[in-house]
Amino acid sequence: MGKTLFDKVWDAHVVDSIQNGPQILYIDKHLIHEVTSPQAFNELEERDIPIFRPNQIVATADHNTPTKNQHLPVKDELSRNQLKQLAENCHKNNITLYDLGHQYNGIVHVMAPELGITQPGMTMVCGDSHTSTHGAFGAIAFGIGTSQVAQVFASQCLLLTKPKSLRVTVNGKLKNGVLPKDVILYIISKLGTNSGTGYFCEYAGDVFENMSMEGRMTVCNMSIEMGARGGMIAPDQTTFEYIKDREFAPKDEEFENKVAYWKTLPTDADATFDKEYVFDAQDIEPMITYGTNPGMGIKISEHIPVLNDASFEKSLEYMDFQKGESLVDKPINYVFIGSCTNSRIEDFRVAANYIKGKHKADNVTAWLVPGSKQVEAQIIDEGLKDIFETAGFELRQPGCSACLAMNDDKIPQGEYCVSTSNRNFEGRQGQGARTILASPLVAAATAVAGKIVDVSKAFENAFEKELMS
Amino acid sequence: MEKFTTLQSRAIPLAIENIDTDQIIPARFLKATDKQGFGDNAFRDWRFDKRGNLNTDFPLNDPKYTGSILVAGDNFGCGSSREHAAWALVGYGFKVIVSSFFADIFKGNALNNGLLPVQVSEAYLETLLNTIKANPETELIVDLENQTIGIKGSDQQESFEIDAYKKTCMINGYDDIDYLLSKKEAIEAFELSRTN
Repeated sequence: MGKTLFDKVWDAHVVDSIQNGPQILYIDKHLIHEVTSPQAFNELEERDIPIFRPNQIVATADHNTPTKNQHLPVKDELSRNQLKQLAENCHKNNITLYDLGHQYNGIVHVMAPELGITQPGMTMVCGDSHTSTHGAFGAIAFGIGTSQVAQVFASQCLLLTKPKSLRVTVNGKLKNGVLPKDVILYIISKLGTNSGTGYFCEYAGDVFENMSMEGRMTVCNMSIEMGARGGMIAPDQTTFEYIKDREFAPKDEEFENKVAYWKTLPTDADATFDKEYVFDAQDIEPMITYGTNPGMGIKISEHIPVLNDASFEKSLEYMDFQKGESLVDKPINYVFIGSCTNSRIEDFRVAANYIKGKHKADNVTAWLVPGSKQVEAQIIDEGLKDIFETAGFELRQPGCSACLAMNDDKIPQGEYCVSTSNRNFEGRQGQGARTILASPLVAAATAVAGKIVDVSKAFENAFEKELMS
Repeated sequence: MEKFTTLQSRAIPLAIENIDTDQIIPARFLKATDKQGFGDNAFRDWRFDKRGNLNTDFPLNDPKYTGSILVAGDNFGCGSSREHAAWALVGYGFKVIVSSFFADIFKGNALNNGLLPVQVSEAYLETLLNTIKANPETELIVDLENQTIGIKGSDQQESFEIDAYKKTCMINGYDDIDYLLSKKEAIEAFELSRTN
């Protein structure tokens, strides 16, 4: 029987198997950041265990970093201390760190792919659930807890039970205005937040084949929001071209040899999956969430469903929304474009393209937070910064920012924020804040209108006008 | 890691589905560099309002409920991989979490901290929640060796699954690092054998 992409990568990394138990899986790359690593470093130090393979670890500062005045000392004492610990731990253990201000600093899941650290066929982990992002390259990448961070420090391995396999296929052509974020929000809205638990997901079909690497990263990033530890897309020419010539990508002959290997990775035609779902691209429209988990999403043109369920009602009460209502025209005061889901250059190009020649509504505070120093530089180079600033948007410095509001970028109590991030949990963007997840296009349109707009209508109209002229 | 064999305790019912780790421990409390003190902020924004007043409607604040077992709704621990959630629950005093479904990363984190996730059927979860609500003094008995959970004084019992390796670790207080370090030679041999 044929093997899946996941099987091929997994099987190539099994060191040993415990009878009736987990397997020892070798980890190629271990990414770390300031929040989930200090206790792991302490653990090893207390037990007098050295870091086994420091050159396979890359660190960045991202979760609690300020997005303004990064050249000044970090004001918050606890954050400053956590960042200092990371720097000390990396220095002591010879681990590469892209600290605040470094030209390669950025959100861990933006920084590693853009530097060519992420490659097909690898196993990658990080103490962050959105590590699934790197699966876009055909890598097995997943989030781990801090005890596991310590395990990888000590042995470059993890004890794991092989997950089951799931494939989500989306075929057809996406409608105008439908972005990768809409595709994944649509999938999660259909499958729910725990359909992927215990599974590793492969995304297949024309929609993903025709998607850019950045779009694929957006999709794989949110795999965890349906419970799947990771998501993967088969590496192809798009993948190889993206990696070629990046800082840490293999070069010349080594690159050609790697490509030859990477081409063997896609799922065999006769491989089978434990679970399969198939969707039609034509059914997908710009999406928006109305509740307090990412599965509570609807097309902007739809109304909130009417369900009699205590958890559903608790969620709507928190959001101050009513069953059966439409979210179109809801006034919105905060817009956030950023996070490891949507803070890459294409996301800002989409936003700038919409915003150009328009102006942000007076009631809106709009934060644009690039995923990395490199994305920030690109925004400036391409002239997008001027477009944003002319339109009244604030371009900040890179970091996780208002996605989890560990720094000062918090949405005030009771306020709605249309956000390109990945989680709309209660209080995620600040105590009492109400998050509405959407694509960068929907976020940009919301900022301009000061309220939620049905961008699918805008595109229909534009298309009609084009036909008429 | 602390050993776990059996536990008899009262339980706190928390009949909410999809409890994510942001609720168990909000991100603003993740700035510590050790594992201590997270229990004080477990379920912080559900236990207290923004002004710091106790939310008396929340089951953890209800004086009629107590115990080291939390009985929670479906899909417990979804979202962020933060192990701080497990540290917060252990710090608060929980030793067992019962639910009809656990998120993957949380489950692993719990087991790595001697916190036992007990997955029961939806029907049995309903029974447990109703029994505890009807009589908050109800005691539950969790037996890891025999992989059973039951209500004291009742024959309503259910068995639960746990990976045999993890079970041994819990019972003996072992952790994965010990095991992985014992495999160092195999790991080094694997590194040398790789071609891709």
